[in-house]
Amino acid sequence: MPATVRRVAIVGGNRIPFARSNGAYATASNSDMLAAALDGLIDRFGLEGKVIGEVAAGAVLKHSRDFNMTREVVLGSRLDNASAAVDLQQACGTGLQAINYVANKIALGQIDSGIGGGVDTTSDAPLAIGDKLRKKLVAVNAQRTTADKVKALAKIRPGDIRLDIPANREPRTGLSMGDHQAITAKEWGITREAQDELTAASHRNLAAAYDRGFFDDLITPFRGLERDGNLRPDSTVEKLAKLKPVFGGPDGTMTAGNSTPLSDGASVVLLASEEWAEANDLPVLAYLTDVQTAAVGYVDGEEGLLMAPAYAVPRLLDRHGLTLQDFDYYEIHEAFAAQVLSTLKAWEDPTFCKVKLGRDAPLGSIDRDKLNVNGSSLAAAHPFAATGGRIIATLAKLLDERGGGRGLVSICAAGGQGVTAIVER
Amino acid sequence: MTDRYRSFVNSAIGRQIAPRLGLPQPPVLQRHRVGDPVVDGPVLVGAAPGGRLAGAIARTLAAVGAETWTTEAGDLRQTAADAGLAPKIYADGAAGDQRFKALVLDATGIADVDALGELHAFFHPVARRLQGCGRIIVLGTTPELLDGSARIAQRALEGFTRSTGKEIKRGVTSQLVYVAPDAEDRIASTLRFLLSPRSAFVSGQVVRIMPSDRDPELNWSEPLKGKVALVTGASRGIGEAIAQTLARDGAHVVGLDIAPLADELAAVTGRIGGSAITLDVTDDDAGAVLAERLKADHGGVDVVVHNAGITRDKTLGNMKREVWDQVLAVNLRAPEAITRALLDAGTINRDGRIVGVASIAGIAGNFGQTNYATSKAGVIGLVDALAADVAARDITINAVAPGFIETQMTAKVPLGIREAGRRLSSLGQGGLPVDVAETIAWYASPASAGVNGNVVRVCGQSLLGA
Repeated sequence: MPATVRRVAIVGGNRIPFARSNGAYATASNSDMLAAALDGLIDRFGLEGKVIGEVAAGAVLKHSRDFNMTREVVLGSRLDNASAAVDLQQACGTGLQAINYVANKIALGQIDSGIGGGVDTTSDAPLAIGDKLRKKLVAVNAQRTTADKVKALAKIRPGDIRLDIPANREPRTGLSMGDHQAITAKEWGITREAQDELTAASHRNLAAAYDRGFFDDLITPFRGLERDGNLRPDSTVEKLAKLKPVFGGPDGTMTAGNSTPLSDGASVVLLASEEWAEANDLPVLAYLTDVQTAAVGYVDGEEGLLMAPAYAVPRLLDRHGLTLQDFDYYEIHEAFAAQVLSTLKAWEDPTFCKVKLGRDAPLGSIDRDKLNVNGSSLAAAHPFAATGGRIIATLAKLLDERGGGRGLVSICAAGGQGVTAIVER
Repeated sequence: MTDRYRSFVNSAIGRQIAPRLGLPQPPVLQRHRVGDPVVDGPVLVGAAPGGRLAGAIARTLAAVGAETWTTEAGDLRQTAADAGLAPKIYADGAAGDQRFKALVLDATGIADVDALGELHAFFHPVARRLQGCGRIIVLGTTPELLDGSARIAQRALEGFTRSTGKEIKRGVTSQLVYVAPDAEDRIASTLRFLLSPRSAFVSGQVVRIMPSDRDPELNWSEPLKGKVALVTGASRGIGEAIAQTLARDGAHVVGLDIAPLADELAAVTGRIGGSAITLDVTDDDAGAVLAERLKADHGGVDVVVHNAGITRDKTLGNMKREVWDQVLAVNLRAPEAITRALLDAGTINRDGRIVGVASIAGIAGNFGQTNYATSKAGVIGLVDALAADVAARDITINAVAPGFIETQMTAKVPLGIREAGRRLSSLGQGGLPVDVAETIAWYASPASAGVNGNVVRVCGQSLLGA
């Protein structure tokens, strides 16, 4: 066992293009998509027949039969069957948290290599039957004789037959994530124009990154899709301005354009100790320096649902003696344009930084030219658990291309949580 | 006395009919109940550049736990942070369906005519965002203490707040608070009063706040704890409400009334755990007797409310001299004589509060009330005459000027005049005795040390004398 923690190398990543819900991947399952992303990673880094210390992945929307999804995908892959696997789940933080889980094991010397990632489908959604019907069917199943089963079946009434459709809704408030973010956007004075500008920049940056081949070694085509299905290269502020608000009422500022759509996709990242990477003749793009998760109370409106990253980042900065300005890239997951803008505004705001964070001075502004330089979720879309892997792989490659530097990652998640990270080269 | 018309227009049918007929729709005013917060909705704070009150406003809002919003003007956010507040941000075009309970502007930075545009800049975007029974509060600098362009611009604020009071309906009130230099930290009691439903029937008023060294520790839920309050004419009507309200705020109330009302007085003081004095305030030795009784029984007095008053209406040609004399004696000579006697005897304690009850008739004049209006205008004179002197002893003197208040007295007014009295005001209805009492309780608070020499009307911004 090493006396100190080891540096965790990011070797590279792979994902399938993200598709809009009920689009190209309408009939693909979570397992299909995760397998496709993993298969591309195996090809890229010659992992066929190798033992990986642990593969961690998860999905936010998951069928109950997929309780061991990641292990099943590993068993079906060309990795050695001795590669362990685990399923994790932390809403939209799932992907980054899975990567963090693997990285921590590598840092502690428990494993030498690992794969972290995630997958989600909103098309092949886990529809359940209504709870009344489910309980009565459970009762039927518990009967031993056919006669008793028939009796139990007879108790089912037409009114019991209902579907339980998974909803993007906070159980404790009954509000959707967009409804919550609309409140936060209003309370931070985030304008429609600012949101649409951020959205247009995301599409522009993602399209440019595709055009110069940035994603060539980060993406494996899947089911006929070679680029993210949500990308609108010709998106402009003027076009976005025509959309009607979908959250925050008729006078709201959030539209289908400046909010991420429901989508399908998968991503994985290969992590390793430096020794393992070298021994396997693999590159090191960057290092995962640290991860910080934070959570906030939001149920009674005490804080915005998606504001936890604003609390997590200062803890990261303090732990490493950094300021918010000490970064070359900022990868702030664009769940909604307003989420990014609220977070940035909070860090600039003296009242938030003093009263909520207990700091004498605001964290300050960032150089917007360093924000989501290759696009983010508004353009690529956001299959919940797949976003962490997309961001880590993108940022690691950016730092590798730059020949060094430091990047900040921020991902907000349902339940008032947020996962943030520092990646360095 | 119930206001049947107001009840009707606020009924299910009335709400349908009144707007179709173009009838006035006086709202049901929100009033304070024990345990209620100072303000039960979001408060938006703005500041004209160069202002000096944002910090004091923020500290008060933090203390009352208000949901605070600010514009992004100047260093307002830093000021709020220094006060320990983390307000939300109001931005045009981002506020969606947001509504506010109160709009508060620090206008002390307005130093010339051009800067008056800050009024429009702050209030115009949110003029339609006020909730029912909302509050508009503008804080400026006392013009008489300024010179030149700043004096002109600060004086101009009054036209704005009086107009918003008339323009914005649904029980919204609008006030102007002039804060003298160095009186920044004396605004808390006034801001709390004007924000809260305690000031339900006060609108279109101007309050002046002066510096004071007196800054007592205060329990805001019982600000008069340990204080002794004398209330004349306490057996019924407004006097009874004053006695109850001061007792609610923790005071030991000494109620006073004439012998024929002794039983009613005893009922009132008994209910609130106070004590009663039966006395005719017009007696020559009333002041001396009171000074002695208050000193002997309570060691002095902290709050003196000259509420006792009478009307004897006649047109001047029909008014006999004794009727004139009666009204002047009760309404004006007694308050002056008793105040002087108590001051001379040192009966009024340090941090004492003297409160006169004037009337809008004393400001506007009224048909058949030459005697009454003279006496009530004289009460305003009493405040003017004594304010500086008592301030030197850390005592304040102020007056309320009630408009149409629903009492036994106004119930006897003929219907036509009564309806006119109710409707010809911004709030479109009569006030309640408690509205006068709450205003007096604000004057009486130990935190109101900077509130001196004021005459605040409790009239729903009546058109009379406005």
